[in-house]
Amino acid sequence: MRKLALSDEILLKIEKPARYIGNEVNSVMKDSSEVEIRFAMCFPDVYEIGMSHLGIQILYDMFNRREDVWCERVYSPWTDLDRIMRSEGIPLFALESQDNIKEFDFLGITIQYEMCYTNILQILELSGMALKAEERGEDSPVVIGGGPCTYNPEPLAPFFDMFYMGEGETVYDELLDVYKEIKRRGGAKKEFLEAAAHIEGIYVPSFYDVSYKDDGTIASFVPNNVHAKEKIKKQVAMDVTVIPYPEAPVVPFIKATQDRVVLEIQRGCIRGCRFCQAGMLYRPTREREVDVLKEYAYKMLKSTGHEEISLSSLSSSDYSCLQELVTFLIDEFKGKGINISLPSLRIDAFSLDVMSKVQDIRKSSLTFAPEAGSQRMRDVINKGLTEEEILNGAGEAFEGGWSKVKLYFMLGLPTETEEDRKEIAVLADKVARRYYEIPKEERNGKCQITASTSFFIPKPFTPFQWAKMYTNDEYISRAATVKHAFNEQLNRKSLRYHWHDAEVTVLEGVFARGDRRTAAVIEEAYRLGCLYDSWSEHFDNEKWMQAFENTCVDIAFYNQRERSLEEVFPWDFIDIGVTKDFLVREWKRAMDGEVTPNCRQKCSGCGAARWGGGVCIEGKN
Amino acid sequence: MKARIKFRKTGVMKFIGHLDVMRYFQKAMRRADIPIAFTSGYSPHMIMSFAQPLGIGITSDAEYLDIELAEPVTSADAVGRLNSVMVEGIEVVSLVKIADDRKSSGMTIVAAAGYEVTFPETFQTSEEVIRIPESWKEQAESFMNQEQIVVWKKTKRSEKEVDIKPMIYDFTVNEDSIYLLLATGSEQNLKPDLVMETYVRYMGMDIKKIPVHYHRLEVYARKDGNLVPLEKLEI
Repeated sequence: MRKLALSDEILLKIEKPARYIGNEVNSVMKDSSEVEIRFAMCFPDVYEIGMSHLGIQILYDMFNRREDVWCERVYSPWTDLDRIMRSEGIPLFALESQDNIKEFDFLGITIQYEMCYTNILQILELSGMALKAEERGEDSPVVIGGGPCTYNPEPLAPFFDMFYMGEGETVYDELLDVYKEIKRRGGAKKEFLEAAAHIEGIYVPSFYDVSYKDDGTIASFVPNNVHAKEKIKKQVAMDVTVIPYPEAPVVPFIKATQDRVVLEIQRGCIRGCRFCQAGMLYRPTREREVDVLKEYAYKMLKSTGHEEISLSSLSSSDYSCLQELVTFLIDEFKGKGINISLPSLRIDAFSLDVMSKVQDIRKSSLTFAPEAGSQRMRDVINKGLTEEEILNGAGEAFEGGWSKVKLYFMLGLPTETEEDRKEIAVLADKVARRYYEIPKEERNGKCQITASTSFFIPKPFTPFQWAKMYTNDEYISRAATVKHAFNEQLNRKSLRYHWHDAEVTVLEGVFARGDRRTAAVIEEAYRLGCLYDSWSEHFDNEKWMQAFENTCVDIAFYNQRERSLEEVFPWDFIDIGVTKDFLVREWKRAMDGEVTPNCRQKCSGCGAARWGGGVCIEGKN
Repeated sequence: MKARIKFRKTGVMKFIGHLDVMRYFQKAMRRADIPIAFTSGYSPHMIMSFAQPLGIGITSDAEYLDIELAEPVTSADAVGRLNSVMVEGIEVVSLVKIADDRKSSGMTIVAAAGYEVTFPETFQTSEEVIRIPESWKEQAESFMNQEQIVVWKKTKRSEKEVDIKPMIYDFTVNEDSIYLLLATGSEQNLKPDLVMETYVRYMGMDIKKIPVHYHRLEVYARKDGNLVPLEKLEI
């Protein structure tokens, strides 16, 4: 029987011991003496969140298909166990073998959001490793980062040995083979890092020097090692139908956030919303063949026993075989007690029809994401959803029996005026008015229109990467304008308005576009006790502000200035396929309020066509 | 057709709570293709009921769940299929057909449960156990010879004094374990940790300072005045 890293006494004292014992259905056990590479895959948040992440399930499955690799999982210990591990000196361990992370060859960390950065330091420290890569010796694993936040890895640069830019399916095999070869002949870590630097998509931050101008912006970003490339090219799996997919994902004992089979139907998005980082990063749009998806649905439901299946993509309505796939799922599985959960689809006759089949209309709500209240503002952000489309969609839904609508918006967008903000309330009211046009005896009581706003954060590799952000006070006052406008609406009793906190927005803004100097803030905040910053009950803004003060890093420099087109960005050394010229063009078109057609309507020459696949070659072969 | 499944819960699975074991079995039924019946209505769920929840930290040789089948299965086949999709620490022991009437299923018929109590050497794991001191045997006799064994018993709503002696059907001290047979179920319910806490206090010690492990051996129903294991109830 497996021996656990934690004693019975500790496991019976802490919340949800199932987070730490492994042994789940489909988890992979191997003999550690029979593999050459031990890989610890980490999602730096609590187990239930980390276990819900598709990317880790994909890599876990892919690595474990190799006989010479044993990939295991590790998540952030919750605060109760964190305290015990520190006071009793218990090192962090992997779930499968329960062995110390420090004994592994690799620690891979997926970096999905900025507010997990202090949790990354917790993982390193609890594992008994120095936080900074340069202070870690040959006895520490190679720490490698991946995921969306690595498209600006600089705030984390000192803590990682390397980053993998792009989709994991392309060069991990090569990287592992190189590692194995060097390990066999007893080579040093430095030797491996230099060899890895030759592999496409691998970025070794210590091989680059950054210098700054007097105004604080970057003067130069240059390799200091002959093995390092000037540009790091994002990795893209061009044929998403043939790449490995986890047919038997791990099934947690405790309820994870995503407790269902997830079918990834496509990567990328044709839409080109100017605020959306994923929409630029994952170009070109690539669809998975529908027949393969059907086969995965059978296999994954059977191997997991899940009672729900859902689709994953950035914009499911754009998947060309959506109707065929959804109809298949309903026909095949609905009768077997399997719930079909549909991601937010564009509201049209087809989606209303399938939704009425898979959910209880009275309870469920419809979601629209206009993102901005006025048509002018929606043109600036290139969100091709018109007021007419929203009102028609809502109208059809109301006539079909729905009475709840959710509307999502952003505040703090480039060029936004007070008028644009007030339009959010006006649009919500128009939706309610559309509901009350239905004769009283035919409708289902009152309607409930819920609008929420979050604050816009400019992200690297988007047309808005030059945009400025605002102060906490300014954000709150913008939300207050919207709130006030809601109170003035005719149907105010049917309307609700929520807004998200602004303190976290300010921090996310700094780390989304920050340079290497902001790493000091993360380390200082962690030293001051910040952890689980994405959990509102743990987020402590005062400590973060203290950390900025202690490290003399100025938030305003990162957030409150519009950046010039000439400025060198910390992430400019990454080549995502989409060119900077295209982003500049889009930024200028945004300022002029000009919309850009989506990839299927007309190619805008963004640069992604260089990969030679996906939507870029649709209908051309 | 209704069926009763008996399973063992051992090893690290003792850290998985009752609700999660229920979720685990719902998924296991699908993995094993057991033709289980569903409730009707908008969101159908499997017809499945567990007898007597087991507390976290306790292992067991005899956990029971009753299911309703949409089509008949053979016992050996179903047990084999279920065991092929189990994790280490859960083992299906048997599947027996039970009567279709409501009063013979699930919780309602449980009358008693047997436990083995051991004393691990450390708080670390429950594997290495100590021999029980000779004196404990004598103390157990005088403990059980008291006229009443009154304890404060916490319920969901209140805390009250209860005489637990009539609920202890057997209390035997062996060489390296103690056997307890206790009233269990919806009418009378006594947990083994309360008995051990009271007994250890009677001997002048504090249970919190002694590593204890509880293992459930069997769950019984009362039939014609006798206690019968749930899997042995004849239709």
